[in-house]
Amino acid sequence: MLKDNQLIKFTKKGIYCPKGKFYLDPWYPVDYAIISHGHADHARWGMKHYLCTDDSKAILKHRLGEAINIQSIPYRQSISINGVNVSFYPAGHVIGSAQIRLEYKGYVVVFTGDYKTQPDFITTPFDSVKCHTFITESTFGLPIYHWKSEKNLQSELHDWVRTNQSNNRTSVFFGYSLGKAQRLLSLLDGADDIFVHRSIYNLNDAITGSGIDLPKSKLWSADLDKNSLQNKIIIAPPSLLGSKMLKRLPNPATAICSGWMQIRGNRRWQSVDAGFAVSDHADWNGLISAVKASEAERVYVTHGSQAVFSKYLNEIGIEAYELKTEYGDEALAKAEKETEIIERE
Amino acid sequence: MKQFSDLISTIEITNKTNAKIDALVNYFDTAPDKDKLWLIALFTGKRPSRPVKTSLMKEWCMEITNLPEWLFLESYSSVGDLGETMALLLPNNSSHLDLSLSEWMTELKALKPKSDDEKKAFVLEAWSGLGQQERLIFNKLIGGSFRIGVSKKTLVNALAKLTGIDANQLMHSIIGHWDIDSITFEELIHGQHINYDNSKPYPFCLAYALEKELPDLGEPKDWFVEQKWDGIRGQIVKRNDEVYIWSRGEELVTQQFPELVEAMSNFNDDFVIDGEILAIKDSAVLLFNDLQKRLNRKNVTKKLLEEVPIGFYAYDILEFNGEDIREKPFAERRQVLELLFGLMALPSHVKLSHLVNFKKWEDLYRIRANSRTINSEGLMLKQKASPYHTGRKKGDWWKWKVDPLTIDAVMIYAQKGSGRRSSKYTDYTFAVKKDDALVTIAKAYSGLTDQEITEISKWVNKNAIEKFGPVRTVKPELIFEIAFEGIALSNRHKSGVALRFPRISRWRRDKPVDEIDTIESVKQLITAS
Repeated sequence: MLKDNQLIKFTKKGIYCPKGKFYLDPWYPVDYAIISHGHADHARWGMKHYLCTDDSKAILKHRLGEAINIQSIPYRQSISINGVNVSFYPAGHVIGSAQIRLEYKGYVVVFTGDYKTQPDFITTPFDSVKCHTFITESTFGLPIYHWKSEKNLQSELHDWVRTNQSNNRTSVFFGYSLGKAQRLLSLLDGADDIFVHRSIYNLNDAITGSGIDLPKSKLWSADLDKNSLQNKIIIAPPSLLGSKMLKRLPNPATAICSGWMQIRGNRRWQSVDAGFAVSDHADWNGLISAVKASEAERVYVTHGSQAVFSKYLNEIGIEAYELKTEYGDEALAKAEKETEIIERE
Repeated sequence: MKQFSDLISTIEITNKTNAKIDALVNYFDTAPDKDKLWLIALFTGKRPSRPVKTSLMKEWCMEITNLPEWLFLESYSSVGDLGETMALLLPNNSSHLDLSLSEWMTELKALKPKSDDEKKAFVLEAWSGLGQQERLIFNKLIGGSFRIGVSKKTLVNALAKLTGIDANQLMHSIIGHWDIDSITFEELIHGQHINYDNSKPYPFCLAYALEKELPDLGEPKDWFVEQKWDGIRGQIVKRNDEVYIWSRGEELVTQQFPELVEAMSNFNDDFVIDGEILAIKDSAVLLFNDLQKRLNRKNVTKKLLEEVPIGFYAYDILEFNGEDIREKPFAERRQVLELLFGLMALPSHVKLSHLVNFKKWEDLYRIRANSRTINSEGLMLKQKASPYHTGRKKGDWWKWKVDPLTIDAVMIYAQKGSGRRSSKYTDYTFAVKKDDALVTIAKAYSGLTDQEITEISKWVNKNAIEKFGPVRTVKPELIFEIAFEGIALSNRHKSGVALRFPRISRWRRDKPVDEIDTIESVKQLITAS
């Protein structure tokens, strides 16, 4: 039987497959990169060759440039790279997101990238894959994180919009342009007209251009008549918090949408009117069920609460190790901000 | 309890005092009478004693969730609040309990004498019958503070807005002795249980920072000069054998200073005097830091009374035996004050603020330069002919601080120090308000005691929101007074101003975040310096 360390190696540039001579979501430029999803901490500039899912391709080209050398395959279809079978399985995180499955001589490794086990209205739902080695994220790897169902979130957000309308206020939601923005669109669809910031508008354009349907939205541009936005819904990236554009709105009610909003202290320190725990990541039970469903004999825990989650897995009889990577919330926040600035152009 | 829970949610998300007041007004407008009374009781520290031990609640929570203790503690350290941690850990409610705030409080009061098993059954039933936010409120009702930035003053302002009743009277009403089972909301706010005539304070007369040269003030003989003591301005009202102590912030702080109440009770006359509440030991004024140990405590222990004895330096007298003498010249009022204090053999901790002896204006520079050595902040210059003004008025009273340039700012980043302090967070970045947001104003690291640094480091560990390398972004909750030598406009700084030699002069535990400086008020110092 093969050992996982012959199939994957943890290097300075990222997770490397020596047999296949490729990297998974590397953080430094390499020759061949397999990309789990389009977030800026996973899909970075400078790779000589990119491989991703069909649904991610337009997003990557939009974000990294038309000129990149990129190949894509559908979910669940495998491709052989230097004898290693590579395939993608839905991760339920953002549009196009995938777990990356590697197979060599019967030994299977799954790298989750980022994932969410709970289904939503827009993302291809998470599909668990059996494997020998499971590399899982742990962004919300503490038992204090339990997400509400999509239906409950939907009615909570619609209620908030309605309350704002009765107070003559425009509802402004903040979330990353890739993922949260489309998710919010799907959650808020039907509540009222939705306007999106240009970075989101352009990205949505790229997504629909590749044949994926999105709920309707209009461009929120500076030259719009203020009155046309009154009492409507606006979705903007977090970098717009405190911006001039936001201040021009007549009477905005602002909300941050993020898993971190589960905790009171995090809701309070932001200067916003509301915080909704809408997350693209698995909650505590989601992480545990994914690990169990993988039936893996060894688990590597990356970005987030890796120390806590791996310790807990070991206690419940699952061999687990911490793995330091350069993915995760801080890297994402920084990288997404830079990407959004480019997307506005 | 939904109504109360919604109120808390609204208040906790906003940092605008007016929004908090509006939410409270709305609650007082619509909630049942008993609930209103309980709200006032809870927000003024009149809560019943804790009926269930925290350790038991923690134990039951771990039992239900089947989590090991270390994981419970990891969760706690990430949330920073025990009641909230439990509310988040527990599974979704399986039923729905609909009790009002006062019904819950009545149940909790009745729970106190019961056995642990009965308590457990009650708490578990509540947990399984309440949604997450209401469960958090329930845990808080058992014990612990809401920490949502509602001071007594905010509460009083909301009641005043609702009823039109004088805010100081309301302050006396809610602080005064009342029993929730034998008073109605109307009776409480109309002060039927108190005699406001006995406690009614006057507005404080406030001074501006000196903005001219001393000789421009005129003749030295027309002025009284006193030390500007660094304590809390206080107004002591003694009428009809009752003593009340009001702080500058219009809070009644009588119970915090029993030694002053005792000393004042010995006077035969009635009066209202203005002065400084100070920590005084062996006739020496202690640092403001020491005084802070005595502030906002529910109970003053005997040990603390000995460690940090409180004294009072009287500046002025506003009312003498029922007569309002604020319009009389200060020189006359001072005579009345001297007469009053001369009549009694006073304990050593209650004194007249002594007048600085000087002939020429130049004498004052030397005296002012010495202020620090006696823990004074500088000098106060008061026109002998001045009345006791209402509020702040320019011209008659001036404060001439040793270091006139200080601002109150909130900590937003913390970084570990080096060498001996490498394990502690010693380097902080501070911000002031700019519209609704915060803007970085200064980085400073000296000026705190080791003990304070240790306390702040623990707090940073619990309250870090983000990490950027060695830097932690923290919740903007800790307020510090930042002192500096000079200030100038600057294009290189995001805030638009540059401070010269900024340092922490003290930790303002007494200030809410709402009251930090704004970038506008900081810029005003440019002309002042």
